[in-house]
Amino acid sequence: MSDALNLSGGFKDPALDAARAFRVALNAMSQPGQIFEMTGIEPPLPLSEAAGALLLTLIDHETPVHLGGRYNSPAVKQWLSFHTGAPFLPAPQALFAIGRWQDLLPLTQFAHGEAEYPERSATLIVECDQLLNTGSCLTGPGIKSQTFLNLPDERGLAANAALFPLGLDFYLTAGSQISGLPRSTRIGGV
Amino acid sequence: MSAYNFAYLDEQTKRMIRRALLKAVAIPGYQVPFASREMPMPYGWGTGGVQVTASTLVPEDRLKVIDQGADDTTNAVSIRRFFEVTAGVETTTEADRATVIQTRHRIPETPLQEGQIIVYQVPIPEPLRFLEPRETETRKMHSLGEYGLMHVKLYEDIARHGEIATTYAYPVRVGKSYVMDPSPIPKFDNPKLNGSPAIQLFGAGREQRIYALPPWTPVKSLDFEDYPFDPSRAAGQCALCGSTSSYLDEVITDDSGGRMFLCSDTDYCARRVQEGA
Repeated sequence: MSDALNLSGGFKDPALDAARAFRVALNAMSQPGQIFEMTGIEPPLPLSEAAGALLLTLIDHETPVHLGGRYNSPAVKQWLSFHTGAPFLPAPQALFAIGRWQDLLPLTQFAHGEAEYPERSATLIVECDQLLNTGSCLTGPGIKSQTFLNLPDERGLAANAALFPLGLDFYLTAGSQISGLPRSTRIGGV
Repeated sequence: MSAYNFAYLDEQTKRMIRRALLKAVAIPGYQVPFASREMPMPYGWGTGGVQVTASTLVPEDRLKVIDQGADDTTNAVSIRRFFEVTAGVETTTEADRATVIQTRHRIPETPLQEGQIIVYQVPIPEPLRFLEPRETETRKMHSLGEYGLMHVKLYEDIARHGEIATTYAYPVRVGKSYVMDPSPIPKFDNPKLNGSPAIQLFGAGREQRIYALPPWTPVKSLDFEDYPFDPSRAAGQCALCGSTSSYLDEVITDDSGGRMFLCSDTDYCARRVQEGA
């Protein structure tokens, strides 16, 4: 391989940039369906700006990460290894996963938490083409009355929500757009 | 400023706390264990709240810290100063100007707004702890939604005292799932938990638990149909600002029985005095 390693494009000031990115992540997870902006880094393709910033904010050597589909590439692995030191493991052992929706299926392969420890579940970062406040109706904690979001798969995500308090938590990302979708969000107006 | 990492904690610790916070908002009312760190202040002084605040702050924040409603008591002053030194953030006493409010045992009288974050210091996060000391059992009770014991406790209050005698740390149910300890706020403040527009984060340092309420989460104080929840308040008015609706502290003024009521929320009271209320 003659390609030079491309490890640039991370946080310029890690402590402050991660603090700002986390605030966006917290706002997004506590206000499901609202679309926020997460910027400030240049990760290698196919990682989006928002997904890259989110990973650099949340993962480290304690958090196994699963790379789905095209994300399981040397460029992504080297970049994430350099910036975070996170180990790459198969889906069942992962605390975080990144990929397109179809890369992450079936959802049952991920840890869903246990009745007495529901937080022991994976967080999935789903890369999308564009986030829009149209489509599926969302209700639940963090949502004043209702909101709408174009979900990759309404039925699959509604099935996940039905497992509450178990289940997976999601971030949907597209470019610099990011939206949170925790297990507590009811989907389809039910 | 360069003597400390931003907001005191190291980055790995902040990531660990941040991951716990995200799981906490995803499972409202559930206590997420976290690896609480030694802080440069003793347990019981808000180490849980401080760690949550440190992991949440951004340089642009404006921080307010209150202790029993007051901005000028030891705990509030020292924590505010701690973040001035280690995070370099602006601080304020005005509840409506703050972006992050760390609190011990009160929710401000000034209604919280969308976009604000309130961080509660929590001594005992487990609402069932004094009914069942074993963590293995309380964990099982939460997973099964088995809260009969808590209702027995409230019933025994009524049998003994004629009313529910719990006046602070009054247990609440989050939506239809977890029973949660709102930290030792007076039950007067419980209605403010329900459907709050702010993000509510709870940190217990010694007990190593973090839990949360996203905005607009339904929170109900436990009660009975024939003994509905009553957010009681001292029958009196503030001697300084004359408020008849705020939560009051009773202050003894001499050794011959003199006493007065004052607002526990100093910011609310001072501003009412200034406005000539």
